[in-house]
Formats: sequence, structure tokens, C-alpha cells
Amino acid sequence: MILAWLIVILLAAGIVAAVAARWSVAFTRWVSLAATLLDFALVVLLWVHHAGEVTAGASGTWLEQMDWTWIPEFGIHFHLALDGLSLLLLALTFFLGALSILASWTEINESVGFFHLNVLWILAGITGVFLAVDLFLFYFAWELMLVPMYFLIALWGHERRIYAAIKFFLFTQLSGLLMLVAILSLYFLHHQTTGQYTFEYEELLNTSLSARSALWIMLGFFAAFAVKLPLFPFHTWLPDAHTEAPTAGSVILAGLLLKTGAYGMIRFIVPLFPGAAREFAPVAMALGAVGIIYGAVLAFAQNDMKRLVAYTSVSHLGFVVLGVFSWNELALQGAVMTMLCHGISTGALFILTGALQERIHTRELGRMGGLWAIAPRLSGAGLYFALASLGLPGLGDFIGEFLVLLGTYRDHPMLAIVASVGVLAATFYALRLVQCAFHGPNSHGWSIPDLVPREIAIIGLMAGSLLWLGLNPQPVLNTFSPAFHALQSAVQMHR
Amino acid sequence: MRSKAPFKCIGDSMMLQDLVALLPLVVIAATSIVVMLSIAIRRSHNLAAAVTVLGLCGAFASLFVAESSAPHKVTPLLLIDSTALFYTGLILAGCIAVTFLCYGYFKRQESSRPEELYVLIAIAALGSATLVSAIHFASLFLGLEILSVALYGLVSYERDLKVSVEAGVKYLVLAAASASFLLFGMALAYFELGTMEFGKIPGAAARPDVQPVVLAVGGVLILVGIGFKLALVPFHMWTPDVYEGAPAPVTAFVATVSKGAMFALLLRYVDQSGALNSSAVLLVFSIIAVASMFAGNLLALLQSNVKRILAYSSIAHLGYLIVAFEAGGDMARFAVAFYLVAYFATMLGAFGVVTILSTPGNDIGDLASYRGLFWRRPVIAGVFTVMLLSLAGMPLTAGFIGKFYVVAAGASALLWVLVFSLVITSAIGLFYYLRIIVALYSHQEGPVAASPRSRQEGSFSFAWTVGVLTVAVIAIGCYPSPVLRLIQNMITGSG
Repeated sequence: MILAWLIVILLAAGIVAAVAARWSVAFTRWVSLAATLLDFALVVLLWVHHAGEVTAGASGTWLEQMDWTWIPEFGIHFHLALDGLSLLLLALTFFLGALSILASWTEINESVGFFHLNVLWILAGITGVFLAVDLFLFYFAWELMLVPMYFLIALWGHERRIYAAIKFFLFTQLSGLLMLVAILSLYFLHHQTTGQYTFEYEELLNTSLSARSALWIMLGFFAAFAVKLPLFPFHTWLPDAHTEAPTAGSVILAGLLLKTGAYGMIRFIVPLFPGAAREFAPVAMALGAVGIIYGAVLAFAQNDMKRLVAYTSVSHLGFVVLGVFSWNELALQGAVMTMLCHGISTGALFILTGALQERIHTRELGRMGGLWAIAPRLSGAGLYFALASLGLPGLGDFIGEFLVLLGTYRDHPMLAIVASVGVLAATFYALRLVQCAFHGPNSHGWSIPDLVPREIAIIGLMAGSLLWLGLNPQPVLNTFSPAFHALQSAVQMHR
Repeated sequence: MRSKAPFKCIGDSMMLQDLVALLPLVVIAATSIVVMLSIAIRRSHNLAAAVTVLGLCGAFASLFVAESSAPHKVTPLLLIDSTALFYTGLILAGCIAVTFLCYGYFKRQESSRPEELYVLIAIAALGSATLVSAIHFASLFLGLEILSVALYGLVSYERDLKVSVEAGVKYLVLAAASASFLLFGMALAYFELGTMEFGKIPGAAARPDVQPVVLAVGGVLILVGIGFKLALVPFHMWTPDVYEGAPAPVTAFVATVSKGAMFALLLRYVDQSGALNSSAVLLVFSIIAVASMFAGNLLALLQSNVKRILAYSSIAHLGYLIVAFEAGGDMARFAVAFYLVAYFATMLGAFGVVTILSTPGNDIGDLASYRGLFWRRPVIAGVFTVMLLSLAGMPLTAGFIGKFYVVAAGASALLWVLVFSLVITSAIGLFYYLRIIVALYSHQEGPVAASPRSRQEGSFSFAWTVGVLTVAVIAIGCYPSPVLRLIQNMITGSG
């Protein structure tokens, strides 16, 4: 029941926020913030409550679930379930959600109510994706994220927002439809073999498929997840969407939406189609490795600060693909860790870029420089997160990438070597970012206010959590571990 | 050739039970006469509209009376079974919505003498209800002509307006031509088969002395007639002009009731005559479906008039329906019935919005007039957004579930070419729906500030109609089970 509340709170708060904006804008902001914080508190509560089971491992069942009949005619259930993986990603969702609302406290002044409606509904969609174990419900939530995100980019974005929004929408919608076809094929094939119509994840895990149909159906899922992730040749929507979106949009896109793709791969692709996934793994991993290098090189070449950060996402998510398709505990732990830390560090970079843009009205690196002298706190935070992004030991990103490389090296040493070149390349773009924006002489004569307490609080929280993840990753790894073993047993069942 | 006179038995077998079964048709016919007489006695817009709505509601209520005797064959011409009753109900609901829209629309300009419009609507409803109960070529043609003749009048109802008359004449010429094709086709079929009852066609066609060529020519000609009414490619040429020229509420009628009735007839015809067992027929329908999906969606991209965009969009939607229809069996009946319900609610809602913004003689079609509508009239823009998203098949709207079932039907019958055409074209379709949505929320004002913000008489009818339709679209999208159960009953009832 508590799982449904997580979604309902967001949906309801969205409507309240939209209506209340007529009378009080401040109230709208507070309601939205309160809703996300409430959800965050609930997730933390769940985490604490299940702390024993989370670390105990072994148990393959869900930590928490709820199951309502929704459309019985087609065997569709409103079935939500939580395991360690969902728990971690939900915590990230509400953490970043609350921070992105805080970050747009002063940035958004036009139709504030509608803005918060969209933000909260995107978060609701993402929550649904992370919790759904009925494939119809999953697809429903998957599509639900799209429209509000589209509005967020198209209405509050920057110069080329319409172009970016439509591109984002088309890419994700087309790939989503391919996934729908795949889901339905699986549904009917399951019916053929068992005589039962169901979208239930755990039932579908047992579907016996011929190798050929498994491959095709897997490709349908893969299309949707690869576009969202985004994997190398499907990434072209990402730089546009990230660059043009308002700060909250960029944070949610980079921090959360991309993670839904990675989550889908972990939750669905490998457990549902272990054979096909193993066959396909070299291709996916090669694309991931190419993405790591390609993203890093392109990030280095950007002059637009937001675009630079956007391309780093392509690079970092390449590690996640590498980790997922290696499918051993080490690599997957790394992939999950990377997902969490990339969400925080990239989110923070977007928030800083947004704060900077609010002050100097440009994102061009060429027009910045020498900001350290006048805004030391902002610049210091920039350096901190740039270092996190390049994988400085002691911060969370390092743990994630290190574990992925370690896990990948076992079976695919060549790919691991290529990927570690990507880590090196990250140094170049991260340091270039810092150098161009903050160091050097203040040749443009900027004089801007430093971070205000609200921003310090946001940045401080993010910096603190990255440090915590970097120094003490064990709780996260422990939480994910039983979930991994459950997934692993699903995979082995097929063999 | 057998020479059984098909009408011989009409006179003596009209029993009470026949009348009970025919009650809905009788009530609709009576409505048209009562409205006509009431106009002759006292010309009052309010009275005419009220009588029409009451009559149509009465007809709707009489469906439940008729249900008691269903399935019942009244003469060889009509079969009143649960399918016929279901579609009659859908048609009546559509007609009631159109009546309300017409009332509000013509209330703004009483000079155009709107009373007779309601007579025509009732007659058109009668024709449509006949079509969905027809199991005989004679009743097919009868229903079609009753519907068409009423439509000629409706389309060119604003006789002082050039575009309206032009649209009416165009419709008249093309519809008459296609009707003669249909008639010739039926004659050829009768010539070969010696029967005009759908149910006897398979038996008759199996006889050895049947010449397949003549039969094929007859079938093609019949298809021309039906395809014209459904505006399937390549018989779609009239659609955009008629949609643009006809008064907005009449366009809503043409787009929904007339097409829905025809599709229900097509489904029954194919069901009973077993036409889908022939691979040639399947191929022809596949070509038509693919052509309609591509042409509809691609040509819509080039339009800048909302009414024309919706015209092409409806062509594409009929193409989607053919995909479901080709799946055959109960799956097809299910998907088609559900899709039509969703399509009715959505299209009526979309044209309802156009109607609200328009006045007689000045239909607001130009996309530029919709620019920035959200900032002037947020509720209407919001409703329009819901309708457009439903047409695009986004979650939380009826269109999503509809599209889901169409893809499900296609996938269950392994019609991969059709399914992938649907996926690709509906992604293309997003482009123009998004274009309208972008315009609605754009910050620049359009050159023409559309429409009086009416607090006039009659605007309550808009508010109610569009309000109910919006609630229906969202409710069906979130919880489709009641509608599904209704359809389930319909299928088992007539199975």
C-alpha cells in the first residue's frame, strides 16, 4: 500500500500545486517540495524498516509489494513491488526531485503552477517505472514520463527548446512503441505456451522462447532502453534535450530519466532473455565502450557548458551498459553505483550551470573565466563536482567506475582497457571545464553574487552524499546485493 | 439463379416482438418527424434542440427494452443483436453530443435558421442505426442512403457560405458516385450468388458455377463504396475539403458517427460473408491500411489548418482500425469496438473544442489562431491537449488503451508489416499533434485572437458536452474495465 502512496502523493501534490498557483506561488513551491520530501522520508523509512532483510541477502522475494486487479479482461494488474535496486533508485529519485524543485525556486517565474505539476508528474512516472512489475503498468509509467517532460523542455527551456523537445519526444516515443510490440509479443507467446494471459513479470520470467523470437523481443526492449540510456548511436536527442531544458529538467533528465533505461536493462532484458542477452552482450558492450570514448571526446570539444555536461552523461552511462552486460556481481554493483553517483554529480553540475546562467545569462565557456576570484563558493563547488565526474578516488563515481572495470576485466579485458582510456579522457574535459569557467583572469569583468544559502544547502547536500558514497559505499552495495541474487536466480532458471 | 423474392415476407411477419426489437429505430424515426412538425408549428431553436435530445435519449433508453428480445432477426434485412445495439448506442451517444455542440454553435448566430439541422441529425442517426443492424445488401444500401442524403444537407447547411456549399456539392457528387459503385457491385454479387443476405454468401460462393472474376469485380466495387465512406486511402480525397468546409459540429458528425456506423457494418459484413478467409482480400485490406496510415499521417504534416489536420488524422486512425480488423475473430471485434469508443469520445472532444472557438460562418481552423490559447483560455487549451494526446495515444487517455489493443490485435495475428507500419506512422503522427500543442502553449499571440470569449446563451451546452467527453476520455484511459465488460457482453451476446 505504501508503494501506491509514493505515486499518489506526487500526482495529488501536482494537481494541488497547479491549482494553488493562482493564489500563492510560494505555496505551490512549498507543496511540491513537501511532497517530494515526504516521499523521500517514506523511502528512507522503508530502507530502515527493511534494513535487516536488505543486508541479510538470500531472500529472493520482494521487500514490499502491492497487487490490485486493474483490467482483469486482459490479465493486467496494478502490481508494484520493491527490491533493493528499486529502493536505491527511488531514494535517488526523491532526493534529486526535491533538489531540482529547490534549484528552480527563483529560476521559474512563469506559470509556476503548471511547471510544478509537470515536475511532480514526471517524478510519479519515474517512480512507477522503478516499481512496476506488471509489464503493462511498466509501459504505462514509461510513457507517462514523456508528456510532462516534453512540456518542461518546450515551455521553460532555452533558445531552441521546441526543436529539442520534439526530438526528445519522437526518439523516446518511437522506441517506446517498439517496446510495446515486444511486450505484446511476449504476452501472446506466453499465452501460447501456458494458456494464460498475463503481464506479470514473475510469470513471464518462466516463458520458454525459441532463441530467434527471444532475440527479436529482446531487441524491442533494448531499443527503448538504449534510446533512454542513451547508448552510443541513439544518443543524439540527449545533448539537445539536456542543453535546452530548464535546470530542473536537466537534473531530472540526467539524474533520473536516463537511469530508467539502465534499470530496464537490469530488471527486464537480462532476466527475461538471458540467452539472447548473452549472445547480444558483445555488441551492446562494444557500443557502450565506444560511447565512453565518444562522449568524452565530444564533451571536450563543447563550448556550451550545459552541452559539455550532457556529453559526459553519454560517457558515464557507457560504463553502466558495460557493467550490466558483463552480468557479474562486481560489475553490476559498479553499474548501480555509477547510476547513483552520476545522478548526483551530473545533477549538481547542471544546477551549478543553471545558477551561473541565472547570473551571467550565458552558458558559453568562452565568455566565462576568472570567476574564482568573485564567486569562490560557486567555483569551488564546480571544481569538486568536476573532480567527482572524472572519477577522483574518495568520491562515489570512482567506486562505480572502478567496480565496473574490475567486473568487466574478468571476461572482456579488451573492453575494460578501452573503457579505462575513457576514464583518462574524462580528466581532459573536466579540467577544461574548470579552467575555462573559473580560472584565469576575469577578462569579461564579471561581478556576480556568490551562492546564496539555498544554493549552498543544495550543493552541500549533494557534495556530502557523494563523499559518503565514496568513503562508505558498503550500505548501498549491501542493499543491492540480495536484489542481484534474486535476478541472478531468475537468469539461472532459464539455463 | 434462384429467384426468391426477398421482400415477400415483410407484411405478414411483423409481430410485436419485431416491433420491440426495432424500437430504437422507431423512436429515432419518430423523433425526426416530431421535430419537423414542431418546427412547422413553432419555429424555435430551443424547442427543436430539446425535442431532438429528448428523442435521442429516448431511443437510447429503448435500447435496453430491445435488448430483452435480442438477438432477433427482423425480416431478412435487419438483425438486432447485441452488436447492433452496442453500436446503435454509440451512434446515439455521438449524435447527442453533436446535437449539443450544434445548439451552442448556432446559438451564436440565430439568423442561419438552425432548426432543420436537428431533423437532419435525427435522420442521419436513423441511417447509421440501420447500417449497424444491416445483414442484407438492401438494408445496407437503404441505411447508407438515408445517412448520405441527410449528410448532404448537413455539410452545406450554411448555404450563404461558399466553402460550405462547395463542400456539400463535393460530398454529394463523390458520395453519389461511390454509392453507384456500391450498387453495381451489389448487383454483380447478386447476379453471381443469387442472394443478398450476408450470411448466405459463403454458401452461395462455394457453388461450382460461380465465376470468380465477376464476384471479384463485385467485391472490389463494394469495397469502393465502403472505402469512400470510411475515407480510406485511395478514396479519401474528399475528406479534408469537406472537413474544412462543413460547420465544425457537422464535421464532428462526419468524422465519428458516419465512419463508426460504416465500420461496424464492414465488420459484420466481413464476419458473416467470410471474406477475410481469402488471402487476396486480406492483401487488399493490408495495402489499404498501410496506405491510409502513411498517407494520413504524412499529409497531415503539410497542413496548417486544424480541421484539415484532424481530417488526415482521422484517415490514419481508420487505417489503425483496419489493422485491428484484419486480426479477425473476437480479438478484432474487441479491439475495433474499444477503439471506436475511444475514437468517438476523442474526436468529438477535439471538434468540440474547434466548435467552441468558432462561430457560424467563421470556423477557426488556422493553426496561427490557436497560438497562445493556453494563456488566454487555459481550460479549453487543456481539454484540447487531452484530446490531442489521446489521438496520439498517450497514457491516461482513452487513445492509449485503444492503441494498445490495436497493436495487441495485430501482434496476436502476427501481422508484423501492419504493426510496424502502425508504429512508424504513429510516431510520425506525433509530429503534427505536437505542433498543435506547441502552438497552444506558445508565448506569442496569434494574429487573430480567436473567438469571442462567450458567456452567451448556449455556452453551457459546450461546457457540459466537452466536459463529459474529457472526463470520459480520461476515465476510460485510467480504468477501462467497465467499457471492456460492456464489449465483452456484446461479443458473448452475439457470439
